[in-house]
Amino acid sequence: MNALTLAVPAGSDCAPAVRGAVLRERGQREVFCGLTGIIWLHRKVQDAFFLVVGSRTCAHLLQSAAGVMVFAEPRFGTAIIEERDLAGMVDCNAELDRVVDRLLARRPDIKLLFLVGSCPSEVIKLDLSRAAQRLSVKHSGATRVLNYSGSGIETTFTEGEDACLAALVPELAATAPGDALELMIVGALPDVVEDQFLRLFAQLGIARVHSFPARRAGAMPPAGPNTRFLLAQPFLGETARALEDRGAVRLDALFPFGAEGTSAWLHAAAVAFGIDEMHFRTVIAPGRERAKRAIAHAREQLGGKSIFFLPDSQLELPLARFLAQELGMVPLEVGTPYLHRAHMARELALLPAETVISEGQDVDRQLDRVRAARPDLTVCGLGLANPLEAEGLTTKWAIELVFSPIHGFDQAGDLADLFARPLRRRDVLKV
Amino acid sequence: MQLTVWTYEGPPHVGAMRIATAMEGVHYVLHAPQGDTYADLLFTMIERRGKRPPVTYTTFQARDLGKDTAALFQTAVSEAVDRFAPQALLVGASCTAELIQDDPSGLASALRLPIPVIALELPSYQRKENWGAAETFYQLVRALCTPAKAEAESRKDRPHTPTANILGPTALGFRHRDDVVEITRLLETLGIGVNVVAPLGATPADLARLPDADFNISLYPEIADTACRWLERTYGQKTVRTVPIGHGATRDFIAEVAALAGVDPSAALDTSRLPWWSRSVDSTYLTGKRVFIFGDATHAVAAARLARDEFGFEVVGLGCYNREFAREIRTAAQLYGLEPLITDDYLEVEEAIAKLQPELVLGTQMERHIAKRLRIPCAVISAPVHVQDFPARYSPQMGFEGANVLFDTWVHPLVMGLEEHLLTMFRDDFEFSDQAGASHLGHGAAPAATRHPGPVPGSTVPQADVQVAEWAPAQGRGDEDGMAQPRGWSPEAERELLKIPFFVRGKARRNTERYAAEHGIAAITLDTLYDAKAHYAR
Repeated sequence: MNALTLAVPAGSDCAPAVRGAVLRERGQREVFCGLTGIIWLHRKVQDAFFLVVGSRTCAHLLQSAAGVMVFAEPRFGTAIIEERDLAGMVDCNAELDRVVDRLLARRPDIKLLFLVGSCPSEVIKLDLSRAAQRLSVKHSGATRVLNYSGSGIETTFTEGEDACLAALVPELAATAPGDALELMIVGALPDVVEDQFLRLFAQLGIARVHSFPARRAGAMPPAGPNTRFLLAQPFLGETARALEDRGAVRLDALFPFGAEGTSAWLHAAAVAFGIDEMHFRTVIAPGRERAKRAIAHAREQLGGKSIFFLPDSQLELPLARFLAQELGMVPLEVGTPYLHRAHMARELALLPAETVISEGQDVDRQLDRVRAARPDLTVCGLGLANPLEAEGLTTKWAIELVFSPIHGFDQAGDLADLFARPLRRRDVLKV
Repeated sequence: MQLTVWTYEGPPHVGAMRIATAMEGVHYVLHAPQGDTYADLLFTMIERRGKRPPVTYTTFQARDLGKDTAALFQTAVSEAVDRFAPQALLVGASCTAELIQDDPSGLASALRLPIPVIALELPSYQRKENWGAAETFYQLVRALCTPAKAEAESRKDRPHTPTANILGPTALGFRHRDDVVEITRLLETLGIGVNVVAPLGATPADLARLPDADFNISLYPEIADTACRWLERTYGQKTVRTVPIGHGATRDFIAEVAALAGVDPSAALDTSRLPWWSRSVDSTYLTGKRVFIFGDATHAVAAARLARDEFGFEVVGLGCYNREFAREIRTAAQLYGLEPLITDDYLEVEEAIAKLQPELVLGTQMERHIAKRLRIPCAVISAPVHVQDFPARYSPQMGFEGANVLFDTWVHPLVMGLEEHLLTMFRDDFEFSDQAGASHLGHGAAPAATRHPGPVPGSTVPQADVQVAEWAPAQGRGDEDGMAQPRGWSPEAERELLKIPFFVRGKARRNTERYAAEHGIAAITLDTLYDAKAHYAR
């Protein structure tokens, strides 16, 4: 793999920049596993249930990362593997069937059940795809059963959503050959943001627009050669590949963060759907202006400030681009758990040449670099934030960027404020 | 396989982390995949620790499995020892690494490190967090407590001030930080020195000094009991097993400690405010309140004694989630004529509470959520912990100050004696909003819509609050809690129900419906309502 230069796709309207080497690290990581994605996915698809087949650790992770011990029954749970499952005293598959039967009897409203693989289920090679097929037949008509892996030996944090959506792609209905072009927005977005985008596409005159995933299991969009899709999230490499296998075509664009990112993202669709350029500008102008107004006050606070991203959600590169391009921040190092060079090409091209891009992690070495650089703001996971604050470094919890609505014109101000608030707080506190 | 929604305890390696994080100069190398690093946030977010837990995770990935995860482990050990320079090293495997059987113990000893290495065998598929913590502490004590018995005893030959070890407090413990301060102060009053507090704040060198103490105090038996038994066997140190939670238990604790140390207990038999607060007339309304108690066995057993003997409550349910202490909870339950509930299935606990309809729940954060759903007042008495269980103020559960804290904490969620009468008096006042709910419960108003599509992480925000289903008189609760839908209420009976104060209305409705169901009454009339009231009257 060529790690030194980046191929910028031909026809890119960004100036191709040749970057220095990407710092690749393969040491100890401090990143969530893909199971964590269940926390937002189960709220997006409201008749789906996520059953992790794993250990007590998996259950404890979900509980701790979710930050709640919700009094109501959530639409996720863990089938905890026990000693007798491992010792072969019981048949794991029979046990799983029993757990699923009990679950579906309790929750007849569940239309889509994901069996989610974990580190232990992968290591003992429990075949969840066969189990899903078997259970789909058993519960056919009532509940569809699919599987994907959210294990920490294969996925980091947001890659769980990627794996989940990729598992859904083969299930999508085919579009009819010869149908008109359809647009698909790929990636779980908060409903409010999704609705904003749908309104904009309608105003642009793109008639058929679908969101994937849909809010209900029965409403998933079709896919086929007439599908043009925009990735709304930067971590959906496998999903994109699966859609491309169905003949769908990815529209390459910046990710929709900030005024510029959102404009470019919408523009890619406008071009693909032959929307008149003047009309496009007219439609996006109000939102674009609002976004610029909304981030203006944060620009005063953030301009010239340095920022260091530790790897977390793969949102790091597009967010660093937004902060550098629109708010004048100086990204010192942008870490990402995984760098998808093709999907990130436009983003990389817009980052300052001095910014170090790192992929993977060796957490102690990376923290040494943070301490040496003493950035004005460090974006990191929950395990690291307070310890760094105690060392006098100002931090932003990365996970809030995943849970908050930050996409699109009307969230640009909120997004900027997420970074401005820790600095503002540091300034106002007199203790 | 066990279907689990929420768990009371984490895996055993999290227990080991609680010991390592509590101590100074100890590092723990955990053979584990990257996802297991979530456990750091328990300490940095819930407990707000300003330091990372002293844990290095090997974070092996799928691609390493076919190759050399053992080498990865050894590299992690060497680098951790170089970087953190610990005085003692713990090594072990999490659930996934346990399956790949890399033998952390053998791999670490092959490195011939210049410090003691303690290998932990924590069976993840059988055991849980408390057991993991107890085992880790025991293994550390065993490995680091090296003096021979004779040597240890000779040190104590000359006359000296009596000393004790306080054993059991850990990182992420329920009020351990403040309990240790309270108990240390109490021992000082008695003229007893504290030799070592462990694991909280202890170094490996401190553990080596444990035999110097005259006796041990097992403050948290879930953590300390295994180690105390070994110290008893090995060095003949006696163990104080009374847990000083509550006024009476604190007095018993003082008597036990004073007898062992040969000191006069009267110096410390000062008193908490609890007895007078409990005897004062405003507390009359506490009499016979039906209370459901659930938590770790130690806190649950202590709470039951307090509830009955020091608050005048009636204990209607008692249980614990840690089976290791099933015997203790059974013995206690007999005192109250109860069948104990020993389970780690939170749905079972919810079912029991819904069935018993207590007037107060004393439980963990799980029961707090259950109680909130059922609109029953609740106070938290035990781990698992939540960010709210680490208050900025001094708030022990043990000793005399602990008894004061418990009085306030348990009484606060209840409607006060005089307040109860005032509510009845003003119920029909047009300015009194009956629907508002009890102001002190904090979530009576209709919840605002959350702007977050997902919960805020780190157990820092009780996000679940936004989903509280408001009880509305004209409609039944959702079907989620398994309650029967109201049926067959005559308009007259329904109106009468509205005249009952909101904080007992849910109970009145349920009791009436249960009464109607049991007596085959299809239509609930005014008479049914009052027949039911008479039927359930105590």
